[in-house]
Amino acid sequence: MKTVRIGAGAGYAGDRIEPALELAQKGALDYLVFECLAERTIALAQQARRKNPAGGFDPLLGERLRAVLAPCRRAGTRIVTNMGAANPLAAAEQAANIARELGFPGLRIAAMTGDDVLTQVTGNECLIEESGAPVSSLGGTLVSANAYIGAEAIAAALAEGADIVITGRAADPSLFVGPLVHEFGWAFDDWHRLGQATLIGHLLECAGQVTGGYFADPGFKDVAGLARLGFPIGEASEDGSVVVTKVEGSGGQVTPATCKEQILYELHDPARYLTPDVTADFSQVRVTQIGPDRVRIEGASGRQRPEQLKVSLGLAEGFTGEGQISYAGPGARARGELALQIVRERLALTGVAASELRFDLIGLNALHGEALSARSGQEPYEVRARVAGRTANRAEAERIGREVETLYTNGPAGGGGVTTSVREVLGVLSTYLPREQVVPAVHILES
Amino acid sequence: MKLRQIAHARTGDKGNTSSIALIAFDPADYPRLAREVTAERVGAHFGALVAGEITRYEVPSLGALNFVMRQALGGGVTRSLILDTHGKSLSSALLDLDLPDLDLPDD
Repeated sequence: MKTVRIGAGAGYAGDRIEPALELAQKGALDYLVFECLAERTIALAQQARRKNPAGGFDPLLGERLRAVLAPCRRAGTRIVTNMGAANPLAAAEQAANIARELGFPGLRIAAMTGDDVLTQVTGNECLIEESGAPVSSLGGTLVSANAYIGAEAIAAALAEGADIVITGRAADPSLFVGPLVHEFGWAFDDWHRLGQATLIGHLLECAGQVTGGYFADPGFKDVAGLARLGFPIGEASEDGSVVVTKVEGSGGQVTPATCKEQILYELHDPARYLTPDVTADFSQVRVTQIGPDRVRIEGASGRQRPEQLKVSLGLAEGFTGEGQISYAGPGARARGELALQIVRERLALTGVAASELRFDLIGLNALHGEALSARSGQEPYEVRARVAGRTANRAEAERIGREVETLYTNGPAGGGGVTTSVREVLGVLSTYLPREQVVPAVHILES
Repeated sequence: MKLRQIAHARTGDKGNTSSIALIAFDPADYPRLAREVTAERVGAHFGALVAGEITRYEVPSLGALNFVMRQALGGGVTRSLILDTHGKSLSSALLDLDLPDLDLPDD
């Protein structure tokens, strides 16, 4: 039976690069996929493109390609990635330049466009999923709208002989479904196969999360070698099953437990996982350990794909300002509480315009609030007071951190290690567009 | 005993919704998970942390339950003021749930 070896070289934009190099050198891969686009990343990229029309794609694209391109060419491995973000064409041009620079002329690099649907959503009275209000009501705060594009255009680019495929907002699993459909010649209405391919993509798309990352819990779930975690390889079979494994000697582990956690990761109804390609059903999936770091996964299925495509809307929603300061030793908690009380009063006294404020003691209640945190009942040796607030503009946001900083000389005894930060807030909402209003296009460049 | 002794968990996020997969270490413990860890108990455990409804999905073939918790992330990853904007740490809070001890058989 034919098998296809497909590796995951990144699970998010900032992911480690050496595990991808290790896969390119030792994975004997047919495909190396880099998934680098979270909900918020695409909106950030749109803003970056607005400031620089030649930018707006993943800033690590160059570093990643320089690392893996030569070993990928030696092994005959094709690359698929959504690092094109808000500007797949510019990303493809950079990829072509790097290929020439590294001595690989004649490579075919495909850029996939069509996911940018800002015009379509504003003109069509689409409704916002979260609020039911029309998209047009967002006015000038709406900075980006990107439809989740499926695997068809990716498979088409591969059929045209692309060595590297660079997309914008393609759905994460579709980056894997495209190569599998291309290799096995499955039909885009073979819902059962597309459901199986989507599970393979879902297992691999977060890279290290299936090989022992985001998993270790000492004493309960021990994982060796996380500093040199190996990224996953899927050995996909023509019957739709897959064996998940990793390069021998790399860190981490592939076990039924790591695979089960990833199968259910970010799912809502496991029998109804919606992608542009299929309504996938993971509710009957079975996992079996068949060797060291080798787990077979089978039993996924699928039904007809959704009629509408999901669109991710990016919104400029002002700023958050934050400040933190630490207290330690006897009475640390009381001094931390006093610090928060002082800043609360100062923000009111000086009229800082924040629409929402939050006061935490890190080490005590910052993550889960009072009720859950109170269960441990122990007095901490150290606490870190944290104040965060949402504001309309940067200047107001800066005032929050400054009020924490002035605690050095004006606050409780022994406060140290102040940090302050200001962050631009990009909200993300969703809407839907009829499929026919989203037209993916493939552009082929040669190096 | 704590839930942590028989199960492991992973949190995911989409917008303002958190999902937690809860998986029995030993598939034989799945019926116990399904019986004890109801959506109501999870709701009571998280209290004010989860403002919306909680839906539980059962996946017996994986020995797993999947909890989908609406309005659980302070407005969502991109705008929340919570230190852990993704709610990644919520899985560990769930594993702190107390389970009734099984009755030991008489000698």
